[in-house]
Amino acid sequence: MSLGLYIHVPFCGRKCRYCDFYSLPYRKSSAEEYAAAVLRNIRHYSDKNVILDTVYFGGGTPSLLPAEYIEQFMKEIRCNFDLAENAEITLEANPNTLTDERLEKLRISGINRLSIGVQSMDDNELEILGRTHNAKTAEKAVYAAQKAGFDNISCDLMAALPNQTAEKLAYSIDAMTALPIQHISAYILKIEKGTVFDCDEIRRNIPDDDAAAELYMTMVKKLREKGFFQYEVSNFAKKGYESRHNSRYWKCQDYIGIGPSAHSCYKGKRFAVSADLQGFIDFPVQMTEITDESPCGFEEYAMLRLRLREGYNINDFPEYKDNLLKKIPNLLKAGYIAFDGENISLTESGFLLSNSVIEYLVF
Amino acid sequence: MANDKIRNFCIVAHIDHGKSTLADRILEKTETVAVRDMEEQLLDNMDIERERGITIKARAVRMKYTAKDGEDYIFNLIDTPGHVDFNYEVSRSLAACEGAILVVDASQGIEAQTLANTYLAIEHDLEVVPIVNKIDLPSADPERVCTEVENVIGIPAMDAPRISAKMGTNIEEVLERIVTDIPAPQGDTEKPLKALIFDSYYDSYKGVIIYVRVKEGRVKVGDNIRLMATGAVFTVVEAGFMDATSLVNNGSLEAGEVGYISASIKSIGDTQVGDTVTNNDNPCDEALPGYRKVNPMVFSGIYPADGAKYGDLREALEKLQLNDASLSFEPETSIALGFGFRCGFLGLLHMEIIQERLEREYNLDLITTAPSVIYKVTMTSGEVVYIDNPTNYPDPALIQTAEEPMVKANILSPSDYVGNIMELCQDRRGVFKDMKYLDDTRVELHYELPLNEIVYDFFDVLKSRTKGYASFDYEMMGYVPSKLVKLDILLNGDIVDALSFIIHTDKAYGRARKIAEKLKENIPRQLFEVPIQAAIGGKIIARETVKAMRKDVLAKCYGGDITRKKKLLEKQKEGKKRMRQLGTVEVPQEAFMSVLKLDT
Repeated sequence: MSLGLYIHVPFCGRKCRYCDFYSLPYRKSSAEEYAAAVLRNIRHYSDKNVILDTVYFGGGTPSLLPAEYIEQFMKEIRCNFDLAENAEITLEANPNTLTDERLEKLRISGINRLSIGVQSMDDNELEILGRTHNAKTAEKAVYAAQKAGFDNISCDLMAALPNQTAEKLAYSIDAMTALPIQHISAYILKIEKGTVFDCDEIRRNIPDDDAAAELYMTMVKKLREKGFFQYEVSNFAKKGYESRHNSRYWKCQDYIGIGPSAHSCYKGKRFAVSADLQGFIDFPVQMTEITDESPCGFEEYAMLRLRLREGYNINDFPEYKDNLLKKIPNLLKAGYIAFDGENISLTESGFLLSNSVIEYLVF
Repeated sequence: MANDKIRNFCIVAHIDHGKSTLADRILEKTETVAVRDMEEQLLDNMDIERERGITIKARAVRMKYTAKDGEDYIFNLIDTPGHVDFNYEVSRSLAACEGAILVVDASQGIEAQTLANTYLAIEHDLEVVPIVNKIDLPSADPERVCTEVENVIGIPAMDAPRISAKMGTNIEEVLERIVTDIPAPQGDTEKPLKALIFDSYYDSYKGVIIYVRVKEGRVKVGDNIRLMATGAVFTVVEAGFMDATSLVNNGSLEAGEVGYISASIKSIGDTQVGDTVTNNDNPCDEALPGYRKVNPMVFSGIYPADGAKYGDLREALEKLQLNDASLSFEPETSIALGFGFRCGFLGLLHMEIIQERLEREYNLDLITTAPSVIYKVTMTSGEVVYIDNPTNYPDPALIQTAEEPMVKANILSPSDYVGNIMELCQDRRGVFKDMKYLDDTRVELHYELPLNEIVYDFFDVLKSRTKGYASFDYEMMGYVPSKLVKLDILLNGDIVDALSFIIHTDKAYGRARKIAEKLKENIPRQLFEVPIQAAIGGKIIARETVKAMRKDVLAKCYGGDITRKKKLLEKQKEGKKRMRQLGTVEVPQEAFMSVLKLDT
């Protein structure tokens, strides 16, 4: 049996204006206590019979942590799980934090994939987003990572930003794909409640749905031209560089999440840790709440599978096959799906409407 | 009490001219109602009546008045609905009186409704006592209004009491006029019982209470009475009169009196307004004249927004019908709207009131279809059918002639708006009959209009084109042949039965275009493109398209947290519940309603 391990690092140098993920300002003392708690929890889930296939340090900004902590985490992971030889071990990083020294240490500790929060190659856009880096810093960070030996690098890219034109987006894509990277996670900006972006001024200036759809289509096309193939709604990779960890989520495979606000799907249950750093530090073992007693039923499985380009196989749940077959013609005619006789997969325009298409198909 | 001390009267007025306020003042002055029990519009005890300032049901109240001649008099005030929809009820209430107080607003003068009801009163041989109200208003011009009454109606009015019901000014003069000007009732108490039913309502304890005016003879507790139109026989349990707030069981009623009878009557259908009550053991020779069954003129489908509320809707309609024999309904099904009822109404106001009461008093969320009139269709086979539901309109190939109901419309307005009114009436296929000046600034216009042109929004448009000054009244005048077609609306190629309607050929294109546009505005973009078409027979005459949407809100599945994605899907499902699913098309309830309110 194989497993993925997610470790949530809830610290950021500065909160980005659009972000509603759980993160707090970095403080040395709480980072120490946090690190200790992570180690305790790695030991708690210890199982040498489990092949650990992927490890993912997400956040927050994991690269803010002293590299020594990551080294300790990796050491503890190796002691408590059967870490696969070719395991994918990803760390999310902010361009500002990627010094040569830190990159070197991370590489040595076992990290073999970096996901860098570049978001845009336009300085003006980066400022609007509240990022602490500019395009030049991002470029330097990627080259430094390459120099340190990283050959599996992903960058984040955001589309449909305030006042974003097709030209601006194309510029970011050109600049980003010119870097030595193998993977791009590209998201359409979504205004989250309670964030700085949740205001009229931003809402007025973001592209409307039609314009955002145009931007998305431009983006998909352009990325394909540059050799980045869409394998999921928001993820693009050169051949063979698809993220194995994230794919676990979409394929209903097991993963354990450690850290405040981390989610798990493990041993037939989905459960989550509350978004509370102090609680995570205080308890000997992280407190979890079950969010789903019997996950990966048809609806959920299909919903997640359809995020992937490879799609959903109508024979995966035979009892729903007939119902799906009835709905396929309308979706085919509208160009939202492709169907090869077995697999239903969303097209680019279908990905844009994935909620509606999935709802129509599955519910 | 001798007959010559009784005065039976009603009050005739245009809406807002102060009828209910005057009634309140009369009740106070005669001490019929204690000051502490007094509330405004006491006789209008339905919420809707108070809010709209109208009277829907007739009502009667008995008062005592000591006149200046030192004698005690009994006043029976019979409150009548003012609106044309309830014309027949008005006429029956008038038939129960000897006189009518005509209230005219001192600044606005005579309006369409005033005129219609005054003519009705004169037709019934009532003594009309004009009164000029609202003299406290700065714009009041009692002299001009009195002249208008004399000129237009042709009754002496120069000495009409000038009052302010609101301020309580000169109310006593009104009371004295009632004594001096309105004749006492006639009628022989020794003759067999002959009493007119002018209203009835359902009381959950006593059964149906009927309001009567005894014309001849007497009725007492224990008598067997027969309702002559229906033939139903009952034993009188109570007979008496109404004070302002309750029934007073007096044991009997005599010729000349107005009062109530309760006789354990279960169904209001047995007690039709206009029917004659007689003694079953000693019946009168013939019924009072003028009885007719009232027939609904306007029909509309009423559906619960939530299909599960069908039973509740039926129950609510049944309850309303207990007190409103003119409301008719029968079950119907619509492909688009599911199970509902085809309801018949006396007119538009009646329809609006029923819908409002269903929503308000029974807490129902409704979808109503466009109102339809009754079309008379002669088939090629010679058979004549009456169509009140567009869905049932026959195949044009099988129709020999189609006829539609017409009304005589009477519009009163300041002369400045004649152009606007004529334009509106012509646009609604009206036939101009005549126009006359009531005075220098006010005109009366007569048109013949198809009923189906006024059932949608005629009154609203008339009001908006005359800055609210025009008043309007109509009466039915029978059927005329017409070039009618059935217009269907198709969504994604399928006919939506609830949106079909019958219309004159000349108007079909314009309306089809407007409906298509309106639907386009009201149907949200969805997964698939939605073609909207309007068609006559198989021929498409208007077309719009709701483009497919391009983009959903896309949630990340970051860090394996799939709850965000699930929440979005849940939200989407929730939103769908408010929609009607027609094939692959989701239609919000507002879309059905929007086509009823086309601006013209």
